[in-house]
Amino acid sequence: MNIEQILPLIFAGIMGFALLVYIILDGYDLGIGMLLPLANEQEKDQMVASIGPFWDANETWIVLGIGVLLIAFPKAHGIILTTLYFPVTLMLIGLILRGVSFDFRVKAKTEHKKMWNNLFFLGSLIASVSQGWMLGFYVMGLEPSGLSFIYACAIAIALPVLYIMLGCGWLFVKTEGPLYIKATRWARLTVIPLGIGLFLISIGTPLASPQIAEKWLTLPAAIGLLPIPIITLIAFFTIIWALQKDKIMSKKHEWITFACMIVICIMSSLGLAYSIFPDIIIGQLTLWETASSTASLKFTLVGVAIAVPMIIFYTFFIYRIFSGKATELSYD
Amino acid sequence: MEFDPFVLARIQFAANISFHILFPTISIGLCWVLLYFRTRFTLSGDKDWEFAYYFWVKIFALTFAIGVVTGITMSFQFGTNWPGFMEKAGNIAGPLLGYEVLTAFFLEASFLGIMLFGKNRVSNRMHLISAALVTAGTTFSAFWILSLNSWMQTPDGYTVQNGVIMVESWWDIIFNPSFPYRFMHMLVACLLTTAFFIAGVSAWRAKKNVDGPATWKVIRTGMFMAAILTPVQIFIGDMHGLNTLEHQPAKLAAIEGIWETERGVGLTLFGFPDEQARKTHWKIEIPKAASLILTHDMNGEIKGLNEFEGEHPPVAIVFWSFRIMVGIGFLMLMVSWWASAQLLRNTARKTMLINVLSVMTFSGWVAVLSGWYVTEIGRQPWIVNGILTTKDVVADHGSGMVLTTLIAYLAIYAFLLASYILTLRHLASKPAKSLETLQQKAQNQQSTLNNTDASGTEAL
Repeated sequence: MNIEQILPLIFAGIMGFALLVYIILDGYDLGIGMLLPLANEQEKDQMVASIGPFWDANETWIVLGIGVLLIAFPKAHGIILTTLYFPVTLMLIGLILRGVSFDFRVKAKTEHKKMWNNLFFLGSLIASVSQGWMLGFYVMGLEPSGLSFIYACAIAIALPVLYIMLGCGWLFVKTEGPLYIKATRWARLTVIPLGIGLFLISIGTPLASPQIAEKWLTLPAAIGLLPIPIITLIAFFTIIWALQKDKIMSKKHEWITFACMIVICIMSSLGLAYSIFPDIIIGQLTLWETASSTASLKFTLVGVAIAVPMIIFYTFFIYRIFSGKATELSYD
Repeated sequence: MEFDPFVLARIQFAANISFHILFPTISIGLCWVLLYFRTRFTLSGDKDWEFAYYFWVKIFALTFAIGVVTGITMSFQFGTNWPGFMEKAGNIAGPLLGYEVLTAFFLEASFLGIMLFGKNRVSNRMHLISAALVTAGTTFSAFWILSLNSWMQTPDGYTVQNGVIMVESWWDIIFNPSFPYRFMHMLVACLLTTAFFIAGVSAWRAKKNVDGPATWKVIRTGMFMAAILTPVQIFIGDMHGLNTLEHQPAKLAAIEGIWETERGVGLTLFGFPDEQARKTHWKIEIPKAASLILTHDMNGEIKGLNEFEGEHPPVAIVFWSFRIMVGIGFLMLMVSWWASAQLLRNTARKTMLINVLSVMTFSGWVAVLSGWYVTEIGRQPWIVNGILTTKDVVADHGSGMVLTTLIAYLAIYAFLLASYILTLRHLASKPAKSLETLQQKAQNQQSTLNNTDASGTEAL
């Protein structure tokens, strides 16, 4: 393989990584946003405080993911974003509402706080549902048909459920007291639909897409791929185990749900990446067919190689500074 | 009635960038001001500077958040509205935008958390470093995006192969001919907008009798800054204009309302350019002044719009926007010098000062928007000057779809702008005294908490 062939692969990897980090990090933000109406006033403040210092940087990962798509695969970027014009617009409106409500709810007049809380919830919901829909439609190769529509709708429900579970996991890490207990209740209610969703997607995807079925269900690939569903299953049952009454209340187990959710996200992404590869638009275009010029990729790679490790480093640094239970949001 | 989807796509993108740019303009400038407040506090220990810092950092966060979410919208709209641009110019636009994400977005978004919530978690030194990193982030962001914008105005360092633009020299691309001027012009514009913004809001506080000693420090900061920077801006603007004459003569002809290529061209101060008749009605001009300013020769030749027929921008809007921008520039010069003199003499005709400054609060926004209209509309019909037209790269969506999303965006932007200004008003109307007591209370609470923590640990 020469450099022209390797560079698109590297960039596909970076894009996948950025989108995976986005799903995990902004996933918990959006999940908490969707859980907001279930909490009382004081708990709402606590929930928002738990994501306060992080959400902005979390959201930046989708900009990086889409940015890499644009830099490395401009033709695919054009096709994907024009095909998904309407859901992208919906998602953007959702992200706008969520992002600004976060600030307005504590700064605007007290009598408007309720409205901003509602918009925070609504924005998170709209963004998550439209992301799910786009993911589903993308997996179906962006081909409009009844089947793709049904599949996209299914993912439009499943992805928000995943986000809510991530949100619960984050609340276990960052909160205590009555809110912690409530989060346990929410997590127990979410884990069942999450399990059903994961199961249905796992058997539904090969049924809905013959290309994907062919990749997964032929030997010896099928054996090599076994770790993906097995690890997912282990992580999933660990969550169920950790949500038991005596386990969930112990300090030692605060991290388990969130950590297992990360594992589930990684495994799902690996599965997805395997299903798509080496295409960038399934059944239409490969990575190499849409890659931009080698000169552009080389130039960007230098920046990526320097900046991404630094970003990861200071992201850890900031999570460390704000580690521990979130105290109330103190602007004043 | 059937709308042209191309026109709608342009209106939609124009609405987005117009709304978006209001907020980065303030956050880029305000960040430098915050860094200044924090540094003054660190050096002097004067609580007023700390108060000013915490008051303005809240407004910064709000402004920044709106800038981020509307910026994300733009990054997607390159693909949804102008896919052809990315297909043909992606080799250049992509990496420049990528460097903006990598060097700016993460940096500012990450360290903003410390600026906002880090008070009891990090040392003052770390706080100051975070403020400096956020400032660097916002400024890097301006660097990359203005580099790309300037390249679209004055492309350099590229070749075209099979209709796709290829890179020849990154150095020539990044530091293309108009970039240094545009970058400086915009940075100073951000600082000036912020100077009048902070002085205006503070003046409004004084008017409502909710000001404290910090309020007047902020007014002085803003006005002294503006008094120094406005002449600098006028100078940079002039150089920028000369650069436009050299590289984008059609834009310059539209700015000046010059139709025929002539020697010894007069400077039109006022008039009504008419594209049908191809002349400017009712014009008031200074003889030979345009040639003198632009070519430094009374009889220098300037190319007229008729040389570029069919390939020049709409004239009237460029002509007018330019005059609004320059008009506000000179107004800022007068106000900032007069205000600085008042503040220095301390005889202060305070009521008048307060009234004038509150009226000027958002003057920078008007100037920045009209300036951008000059430069962006002035580039039309090209998206990349001389290489690629805007019409060639538009996505082919039905006009119904674009109209629906356009209305949705406009509704949200109107709502956000109203909320922003109302919230600003609400934050600004909190009396300084009560804010100090609140801060005091929070600190007391924190120290009690720390004490309980300490005693708790001891008990263990």
